This record gives sequence, C-alpha cells and structure tokens, in this order.
Amino acid sequence: MKQSLPTRGVIAVLGWGGSLTGVLLFVALWEWGSQVYGSFLLPGPRDALGALGRLWREDAAAAVLATTWRAMSGFALAAVVGTALGVLAGLSRTLGRALGPVSTVLLGIPPIAWIVLAILWFGSGSLATVYTVMATTLPVSFAGAQMGAMTRDRRLQEMGEVFSVPPLMRLIDFHLPHIASYVFPALITALGVAWKVAVMAELFATEDGIGAGLALARVNLDTAAAMAWIVLVVALLLTAEHGLLRPLQRRMEPWRQAGRGGR
Amino acid sequence: MLRLESIGHVYGQERTLDAINLTVSPGESVCLVGPSGCGKTTLLRIAAGLVASSEGRIRDDFRRSTVVFQEPRLLPWRRLLDNIALGLKAMGVPRRERLARARALADELGLAERHDHFPHQLSGGMQQRVALARALAVDADLLLLDEPFSALDVGLRSEAQTLLLGLLARRGIASLLVTHDLTEALRLGHRVVVLSPSPGRIVHEQRIERPFIERDTAFLYEAAGALLRQPAVAESFLFRQDEVTP
Repeated sequence: MKQSLPTRGVIAVLGWGGSLTGVLLFVALWEWGSQVYGSFLLPGPRDALGALGRLWREDAAAAVLATTWRAMSGFALAAVVGTALGVLAGLSRTLGRALGPVSTVLLGIPPIAWIVLAILWFGSGSLATVYTVMATTLPVSFAGAQMGAMTRDRRLQEMGEVFSVPPLMRLIDFHLPHIASYVFPALITALGVAWKVAVMAELFATEDGIGAGLALARVNLDTAAAMAWIVLVVALLLTAEHGLLRPLQRRMEPWRQAGRGGR
Repeated sequence: MLRLESIGHVYGQERTLDAINLTVSPGESVCLVGPSGCGKTTLLRIAAGLVASSEGRIRDDFRRSTVVFQEPRLLPWRRLLDNIALGLKAMGVPRRERLARARALADELGLAERHDHFPHQLSGGMQQRVALARALAVDADLLLLDEPFSALDVGLRSEAQTLLLGLLARRGIASLLVTHDLTEALRLGHRVVVLSPSPGRIVHEQRIERPFIERDTAFLYEAAGALLRQPAVAESFLFRQDEVTP
C-alpha cells in the first residue's frame, strides 16, 4: 500500500491530467458552441476571460468579497444551528418526530419564495441574502446530522455500557465521530447550495455582489460579463470546497484516510 | 464469586431461559456450551448486567467484570492504543498513564509495532486481541466472553485460545465463556456446562480435571465424544427436531 514518492507524484499528475482533460474538453465544446451561435448569444471562453479582466479592473474583487461574506455567514449559521438541532433530533425520538416535518416543509419551500419573504421582512440588503442562504441550507445540514445521530451503532453503545463510559465521553468518543461522517457530505452539498442561493438573492435584494453584477449584465445585455461572473462563482465554490471543507474533513477523519488507498 | 440463582428469561411470547443455577468462583474458568439459539448469549448478557432477567437474581462479588463480545466492537475512529485504553479513560485515568498501560498490554498480546493503527488496518485476529486487551486493561477479575473466537479460522482460533489461557492463568482471572464448540469448551474450562435449546436449561455439568497443558487434540476429541454419549448432551446437540433461531 505504501508507494514511493515518485510513484505517488506520477499518480497525482495523471489524476490532475484526467481532470484537466475534462475541463479542456468542456472549454472546447464551449468554444465550438460560441462559433456556431455567435458571440452575442454564447460568448466564447476568450470573450468571457476578457470580460473577467474588465470586471476585475472595475473592482470585481469587492463583489466577490461581498458575496463570499454573505454566502459563508449564512452557511456557517445554518451549519451550526442545523447540525446542533439535527443531532438533538437524532438522539431524541420525540424531538425528531417534532422537527422532522418542519425540516421537510423548509426543504420544500423554493429559494425564490424565501427571497421574497426576506425582502418583505428585512428590506433589501445583506441581511435578506444571508437569511435566504441560511433558510435554504439549514434543512440540509439538519437532515445530515439527524441521519448520523440516528444510525449510531447499537453494538458500540452496548460496549460503552460495559465499560461504564460517562455521558460526555460517550458523546465525544462514540457519537460525534460517527455523526461527523454524515455531516460532512451534507455540508459539502449545503455549501454548493449556499453560493447559488446567495447569488440569486443578490440579484433581487442587493446593490453589490456577484448577483448584482449579473443583474447589471442583464440590463446591459452583456452576455460575456454574465459568463465571467459564472466563471467566478464556480471558481469560488471549488475553492471553498477543496480549500476548506475537504481538508477539514481529512484532518478530522484520519481514520478514513488509510482506507481510501491512493489519493 | 458470581452466583446466578434460578435465572429465567422470557422474551416476548417465548421462554428462552429456565431455572438456571450457575456459579463462577474466583480464578475459575467456566465454559457454557450449547447449540445456536439456546439462550446462552442472553444468559451472558444477564450475567454482565446488560439485560435484566425476568426471573431469579444475580449476586456478583467480583471487583470488576468486563465483556469480550463476539465481534471486536472497537471504535473505528480511534487508534489501537486508544481503543485498549478506552475503559481506563472512562475511569478517569490520566492520558499518559493509561497509554503506558495500554502499550504494555499491546506488547504482551503481540500487538507491538501496531500502536498507531486504526482498527480497519488490523486483521480480524488482531482486532479481537485488541478487544481482549481492552477488557484486561481495566484490571477485571471476571471476564465474560461471548463466542470471542468464533469468527476466526481454525489456526488463529487455537492460537487465540492458547493466548487466553495464558492471560487468565497469569492474572488469576475468573471467566465465563460462551461457545457452541464443544472442543473449545473442553480446552478452556475448568468446568463445562451444557445448555439445552429452547428454553435454555442446564442439562449437564462436568469438571475437567486434566491440566490445561495436557489437553491435546486427541484428548479433546475423546472428551467431546464421551460428552456426546451422555443422553442429555446428545439430545441438546444432535437430535434437534425444532430448530430455533436466536
């Protein structure tokens, strides 16, 4: 199972190469589509890059920062509250029965309806966006944590009983590591939702941020700028997932690492 | 001394145990043997205090008893030493001391070099040894074992039995071991107790006088044969009309 450093390097490069092939293929398809439909309907990758450069000079960084801040604070709130409630709902059958339907209802409300409500309640601005992000991602983290807490291993619980494990240790050593393995995938899903909803909410509710930039692009019929914003959002999402959540998961779940083989 | 007094147990509509009287003296090894589904695991769980029996009572004068389950039941997210030290952590032993004791036990059970492995990196036999070390770590004087070696193949099982015998003898620990394997019971017990299926009743009890080191394969098969010639034992093991699932 142990591989030498060069071998692992080659495998990593091949892995990256594989991903890169997929990306390049997509870009090629994009370029082809732009040539077929014309650069007004579908600006090519080069137009988008050009627009991105122009946007960057016009201070797109501030927009990125604003959107990031809104998406991440809504996501963080939802992650903390949703996970805590989910764990409680999974541990207590009564609470689970009470909160389960609420979560289902929240999950069923379309994000666009949340935006309307948020604007009515909080007025236009950051708060409406943060709230919308939180409301749409909370049920996701809740469901993950609840599932984790509900699927605890009965046999390990019994073993804990044999060794008279005190409640706090039982939570930290028995419950939480198991729950974490359910919460992380849910959080990664929630993170993707958070970016998309944040941008959508900004489109309606704020004067700045990526969503507002998209709204402006729509008014100006500037398709290249819209594409540039999309590229930015995707880049942000990938950064947040692979730069933050995945490394965090690897740190917190070293016991899964060894089982994954290469990577 | 562990004393089970007229223990009976009813699970749902079905009676699983009936009027069981059983004692385990300090340092004594008692093997409880019976076919699958005779309620022997239930009896062990009652003895461990994990299940309350419907009838009868238990008197336990042992200082500390622990259980080794059929599966290792290790925490998948903890390394080998932390798994062994689990019971010590529950008792509030400081980290440095409990890890030192876990390390000593790991070495005694042939788990040196693997201190930092996670359970899934260990073979089944090693995992079961970790579970055994975890039970020994809390300094128990009574060990309750529920078919601890049934998942191991023949060679490993024999090795594990030898290891267990040595550990119990060196520490003077009493044990109550449940198994469906007559030869295992004959190899590990000072006393062999045979249970009949549904409801579980003690149908035969036998003291094995021969010292552990003289119990070779020939002896085990001969003794198992002799045991099976007892009508009550034969009925339990061979002529089961109504097969019962646990």
